[in-house]
Amino acid sequence: MAAAPESADSSKGGGLLGWIDQRFPLTSLWKEHVAEYYAPKNFNFWYYFGSLALLILVNQLVTGIFLTMHYKPSSAEAFSSVEYIMRDVDWGWLIRYLHSTGASAFFIVVYLHMFRALLYGSHRKPRELIWIFGCLIFLLLMAEGFMGYVLPWGNMSYWGAQVIVSLFGSLPVIGQGLVEWIRGDYYIADATLNRFFALHVAALPLALVFLVIAHVMALHEVGSNNPDGIEIKKYKDAEGHPLDGIPFHPYYTVKDLVGVAGFLLLFCGVIFFAPTFGGLFLESPNFEPANALQTPPHIAPVWYFTPYYAMLRAVPSFAGTQVWGVLVMGASIVVLFFVPWLDRSPVRSIRYRGPIYKVMLAIFVLSFIALAICGKRGMFGYFCRKLDRHALRSLISPAP
Amino acid sequence: MSDVVDHGRRRLLTAATVGTGAIGVAFAAVPFLASWQPSARAKALGAPVEVDASKLEAGQMLKVVWRGQAVFVVRRVKGVIDQLGNHDAMLADPKSDDSTQPDYIKSSGAARARNPEYWVGLAVCTHLGCSPLGAFEANNSFQVAGADLGANWPGGFYCPCHGSKYDISGRVFKSMPAPKNLTVPPYAFASGARIVIGVDDAPKTV
Repeated sequence: MAAAPESADSSKGGGLLGWIDQRFPLTSLWKEHVAEYYAPKNFNFWYYFGSLALLILVNQLVTGIFLTMHYKPSSAEAFSSVEYIMRDVDWGWLIRYLHSTGASAFFIVVYLHMFRALLYGSHRKPRELIWIFGCLIFLLLMAEGFMGYVLPWGNMSYWGAQVIVSLFGSLPVIGQGLVEWIRGDYYIADATLNRFFALHVAALPLALVFLVIAHVMALHEVGSNNPDGIEIKKYKDAEGHPLDGIPFHPYYTVKDLVGVAGFLLLFCGVIFFAPTFGGLFLESPNFEPANALQTPPHIAPVWYFTPYYAMLRAVPSFAGTQVWGVLVMGASIVVLFFVPWLDRSPVRSIRYRGPIYKVMLAIFVLSFIALAICGKRGMFGYFCRKLDRHALRSLISPAP
Repeated sequence: MSDVVDHGRRRLLTAATVGTGAIGVAFAAVPFLASWQPSARAKALGAPVEVDASKLEAGQMLKVVWRGQAVFVVRRVKGVIDQLGNHDAMLADPKSDDSTQPDYIKSSGAARARNPEYWVGLAVCTHLGCSPLGAFEANNSFQVAGADLGANWPGGFYCPCHGSKYDISGRVFKSMPAPKNLTVPPYAFASGARIVIGVDDAPKTV
C-alpha cells in the first residue's frame, strides 16, 4: 500500500524542517553524528587532533580552490604564476602561505593523531576499519603532498619529482615503461606537471573527502575509544545512553573550539612570522625555477617525508637493482595496515600496559625522529654518513 | 510457465552479465590509461640531436640536452685513456654486464666509447635520476677532486644526491647507492668529432 509521505511519519515535525525531514534525514543525521553522538567523557589533549585535521582539510580545500584561480599548470608558466600569486594578487601571499603551511600542519596533526591511536589502542578491535581508513587517508595525503610540492615548479619540485617517479623504475621488468607512463614523456615535463595538477586538485581531494566520511562513519558506528581504553557502551542509563558518555554537541564542539583557538595561534604565528619555517616547510632551492640540467647540490624532501627518504637511501643496491630501498620504504607504510592484528595484548590503553609496550612505542618515536633528521641532512654530515653508509649497510652486506 | 525460480540459471546469467560488463569496463579503461603515454608531440621532440665536440679542449666536458635529459660529452687525454683499465677491482660492474648501453659500447671495454677520446653518457644517476657532477680536474688527470671524495678518488663523476661515484667512463664504484654504470645512449660520429645522439648509425648526408 502506497502512503503519502505526510502520513508515513507523523513524528517528524512541521514547518520547513519537517518538510525537509520527510524528504531527507537532516534531523536524524544531525542527531546521530553530532547532537546525540555520545563520546566518552574522559577525552584529553590528544583528542584534539581529529577535529583539527578536519579543520585543516577544509583550509586546504578552500585555499586550494582559490589558488587554482591564479595558478597556471604548465611548465612554462607555473613558477611565474606562483610568484604572481605571491606578489601581484591581492592577499595572494596569505592564501598561498595558508595552503603551504596547511600542508605541513596537516602532517603534524595527522602524525599526532596516529600517535594518539597507538597510545590508547584506538586501532584495536572493533576499530580496525577506522584505522585502515585512516592509513588510506595517510597514503593519499602523502600522494597529495608530493604532487602539491611539484606544482610550483621550483628546482626542488622538479628534482623531487624526478627522484620519486624514478622509484617506480626500480621495479623489475615493468619499471621503465611504468615511469614513462607516469611522466608522459622521456623526462619530467609539462605533461607530468599537468597530470599532477589534475590529480592534486580533483582526483585525490575527492577520494580524500570520501575516505574521511568513511573514517567518521566507521567511528560513529562503533563509538570513540578513550584514554582508559574502556567500552562506554557497556553501561547505559534508562534511555540507552552510555553512562560515561556525553553528547558530542555541545560538550566536545565547545572543547574542540578551544583546541582550534590554540592551533590557530600557532598556525598563524608560522604564516605571519616564519612561512618557510627555516627551509623546513618551503625549501630554498624551490625559490628558483625548475632546471633539468642543474640538480640542487643537496636533495631533501619536505620534512614530513624525510623518515621514509632516509630508509630509501640507507639501503644499498644489491644484485644489480636498487629496488630494496624502495621495498623497505614501502613496507614501513604497509606494516601500518597490520598494526591492529600485530598487537595482541588484551589491554588497549598504555595506562594499563607493561613496560615493554611503553619502551617499544618510545623506540618507535625515537626512530621516526632520528630517521627524519637523517633524511633531512646532506650526505656529508658525520652522523648521517655513519648511519647511512656504515651501520645500515653492514647489516645487509658484510663490511669490506 | 512455472513459478519455480531456477537459481542455477539465474546465477549463470548474472555471472555472464557481470563478466561481459567487466570486459567492457576493461576496454573502456584503455583510452584513459593510454592517454598517459608520451604524446605524439613528446615523441617528435625526442628526435636525435647533433653536437660538435671538436670545440672541446682535452679534459673538458659539455652537457647537451637530448629528450630533456642532460648528456655528458667528455674529451679525455691519452694519459687518462691508458689508465682506464687499472681500477677494475674497485668497480661494481667493470665489464658493464648489468648496465644499459648499445652493444658497440659494451664491446669497447673500459673506454665505453665508440672513440676512446670522447666519452658520451647520460647525466642521469642510475640510483634515482639525479644529475651527477663532473668530479675530475680540468687537466683530466684522475687526481683528487675535493677532499670530500677521499684520497683514493681516481676522478670521474660524483652524484650529489646520495653520493654515488663513477669513474670517467661512467662505471660505478663498489658499495654505492647506484646499482649500474651510467647509461650510454645510442650515438654515432657523423664526421670528425660531430656526434649525433639518439641514433645507432650516422646519417648518410651531413
